[in-house]
Amino acid sequence: MADLSSNFIGIKSPNPFWLASAPPTDKQYNVERAYQAGWGGVVWKTLGAEGPPIVNVNGPRYGAIWGADRRLLGLNNIELITDRPLEVNLREIKEVKRKWRDRALVISLMVPCDEESWKAILSQIEDTEADGVELNFGCPHGMAERGMGSAVGQVPEYIEMVTRWVKQYSRMPCIVKLTPNVTSILPPALAANRGGADAVSLINTVKSITNVDLDHFSPFPMIDGKGSHGGYCGPAVKPIALNMVAEIARHQETRGLPISGIGGVTTWRDAAEFMALGAGNVQVCTAAMTYGFKIVQEMISGLSQYLDEKEMAMTDLVGRAVPNFVEWQHLNLNYVTKAQIDQDLCISCGRCYAACEDTSHQAIAMSADRVFTVKDDECVACNLCVDVCPVDNCITMRELPKGSVDPRTGKVVGDFADWTTHPNNPMAQAAE
Amino acid sequence: MTNSPLTPGIVPGRLPADAYCRNFADHEPPLDPHEARVAADRCYFCHDAPCITACPTSIDIPLFIRQIGTGTPEAAARTIWSQNILGGICARVCPTETLCEEACVREAAEGKPVEIGRLQRFATDVAMARGLHPFTRAAATGKRVAVVGAGPAGLACAHRLAMHGHDVVIFERRPKAGGLNEYGIASYKATGGFAQKEVDWLLQIGGIEIRTGMELGRDISLDQLTSDFDAVFLGIGLAGVNALRAAGEDLAGVRNAVDFIAELRQASDVATLPIGRDVVVIGGGMTAVDAAVQSKLLGAENVTIVYRRGRDKMSASGHEQDHAAHAGVRIIHNAAPVRILGNGSAEAVEFAYTSDGPNGLTLSAETFTLKADQVFKAIGQTLTGAPGTLPVAGGKLAGPAGKVWVGGDCAAGGEDLTVTAVAEGRDAAEAMHIQLMAL
Repeated sequence: MADLSSNFIGIKSPNPFWLASAPPTDKQYNVERAYQAGWGGVVWKTLGAEGPPIVNVNGPRYGAIWGADRRLLGLNNIELITDRPLEVNLREIKEVKRKWRDRALVISLMVPCDEESWKAILSQIEDTEADGVELNFGCPHGMAERGMGSAVGQVPEYIEMVTRWVKQYSRMPCIVKLTPNVTSILPPALAANRGGADAVSLINTVKSITNVDLDHFSPFPMIDGKGSHGGYCGPAVKPIALNMVAEIARHQETRGLPISGIGGVTTWRDAAEFMALGAGNVQVCTAAMTYGFKIVQEMISGLSQYLDEKEMAMTDLVGRAVPNFVEWQHLNLNYVTKAQIDQDLCISCGRCYAACEDTSHQAIAMSADRVFTVKDDECVACNLCVDVCPVDNCITMRELPKGSVDPRTGKVVGDFADWTTHPNNPMAQAAE
Repeated sequence: MTNSPLTPGIVPGRLPADAYCRNFADHEPPLDPHEARVAADRCYFCHDAPCITACPTSIDIPLFIRQIGTGTPEAAARTIWSQNILGGICARVCPTETLCEEACVREAAEGKPVEIGRLQRFATDVAMARGLHPFTRAAATGKRVAVVGAGPAGLACAHRLAMHGHDVVIFERRPKAGGLNEYGIASYKATGGFAQKEVDWLLQIGGIEIRTGMELGRDISLDQLTSDFDAVFLGIGLAGVNALRAAGEDLAGVRNAVDFIAELRQASDVATLPIGRDVVVIGGGMTAVDAAVQSKLLGAENVTIVYRRGRDKMSASGHEQDHAAHAGVRIIHNAAPVRILGNGSAEAVEFAYTSDGPNGLTLSAETFTLKADQVFKAIGQTLTGAPGTLPVAGGKLAGPAGKVWVGGDCAAGGEDLTVTAVAEGRDAAEAMHIQLMAL
């Protein structure tokens, strides 16, 4: 069994799977159940400033989209930060941490954007013995309208300022949680870095309306005939999260800044992908909310098996794909592939044909007896057929060897050449 | 109830009352909305889908399944009915395992096709329960068409003609419309009087009059119909039953399976139906299976289907054969009846083993005997009562002649299936419409 024990910015946990700050980590009961199930750590649901607790709606908090067989693909919520009294949360955090020394326990915080508020909350949590803090600059609903959450996360200057306060008034490791509701994730990440953050975590939820009630003409979740936008998460947001994580991981100024990857992690494979793109650990919420805490056991066994099979340590995995994440202009234009259909695996559904014929390059032939074959002289290797095929590995991409002729272009497959040197590029630099 | 499965002879009431209810309930209960959604999710929405090609009525199956999946079973039903107006009964009786579901790519992929038949039933049930009949008649054409036979072919033909604005009179020899849907299918496949409900639903189109108790050649003649109407459609089925041509065929207790099935369908209380203790069914088609299974369900102790050729030659599908076996029916292949033994009434059947070679079937000298107080003959039906003036090919009506059109089991071409009859009736109506409008 591979060693999955994790040390993320000095916070140790038996595995890199943490529960994200969210409903599953709102109280001692849930958190202890999570630890019992095997979760390496939790980020306690966001605490607010002392005072009258937050209130939540009393109608539905979640909306969803589903795939086949009503498989939950995306979840959206309009729940706010913890609605329990601060002192209750602090007492429980302290108790849990004393009971579960080997597990990570990080406290998520969101207070008004002034120095006094942050100073106050930091001193209040000091006594809990929690392992670190995560600054919630991400929630896009409810709190943002009050000048917190993503309202801060969308202003790099505020991120930097608050991060500095936190580093100034606390000895705890500080993770800055970023919102994806920005045009580029880099300015917020750079700001956190400048402010002295020990790590960033991302992504928080995406501003969203999952669906509209077509009888009442209201966004869903519908509260008395009205709906407001929520924060979107789950498998559907994973691609957005991966890109943002990778952008931070490869940027010259943030390279090496520890990242806690969040966004649709559902299986060990998702976790491994986040780690390969630079995440030191991952945080999970929707998968646990969909299937319960037990899923962590598959994540542990899967990641462990994968690392064993690859003969890699977890540290070898983290960031391993980052050097291969390049800008489009650096992709090899002389890499030529053709789709090929495995006739033994093909079930003759014809979806590849419909996709290619109707919406792509008319590069798949269909015989009268439903045999589907790729026309190499038309195939641009777009991969759409692979993506729509219902059978795993039935359609694959075959690389044309160097020196062979691409039947589509009639050109010989040559050595590496990208857009920067392409003759059609007016900015091309002649090879020296 | 004093009788049991062990009571000798042909007697009613072999089972307790609740057993009959259970045995003759819907043998494949309808999908509930959740099940339908799960089943619909499995459809891949294939291009030029093989299931459509395999369906004799060419229902756009991926489209109707997608319509179910998106919460519009009513639209799904319309998609079905626009190709097959008897989509409700076909969903129940089609041998889908040899048609659409055999062609389903998920049959190739994982040996489990999309449950097309059951989804079709779901959609049509939902729409019928809502009282929807999503078709209207075109402007009246003033043309009148006679349809002989109110079976699937005749009904499908009449509905399509009525849609085109023609007036239709259906002549039916039996007391009820529906044909084999009403008289020729195992009870547990069309429970709750579904065949009649579907006929009533179909007639909502308007412009169709049904005259029952009218038999061609007895009460009406083709000459008269051709002079009284602008066109005639014959969907008279196969009214004759093949004889065994074995000694003892006239003994009491020997009867045609189709009569037994019809009697069972029309019985208001199946407990009153007498059934043998040892039942032998001779034949290898759906009729044999329906008769055998229902004999078992009525409480017969031993039921055996004997077929003269091998399993692969049986016209009953593998699914039907499995169904029979599951019901406790024994199937013996490669044996042909030599004679029925008995004194006044049947007591046993003597069979000879057969071998199926290049020169046809040969009977071996070796024989065996099965106890049988009741024997059902299910060795095929034949065309009878057809006007002698019409061309015949291979024992069936060859095709249209002048203003007379044919379809269904009585007509050449296609398998003898409800769904094939519907397709032929519908297509004949379209061809008739063209001819009528050219007049």
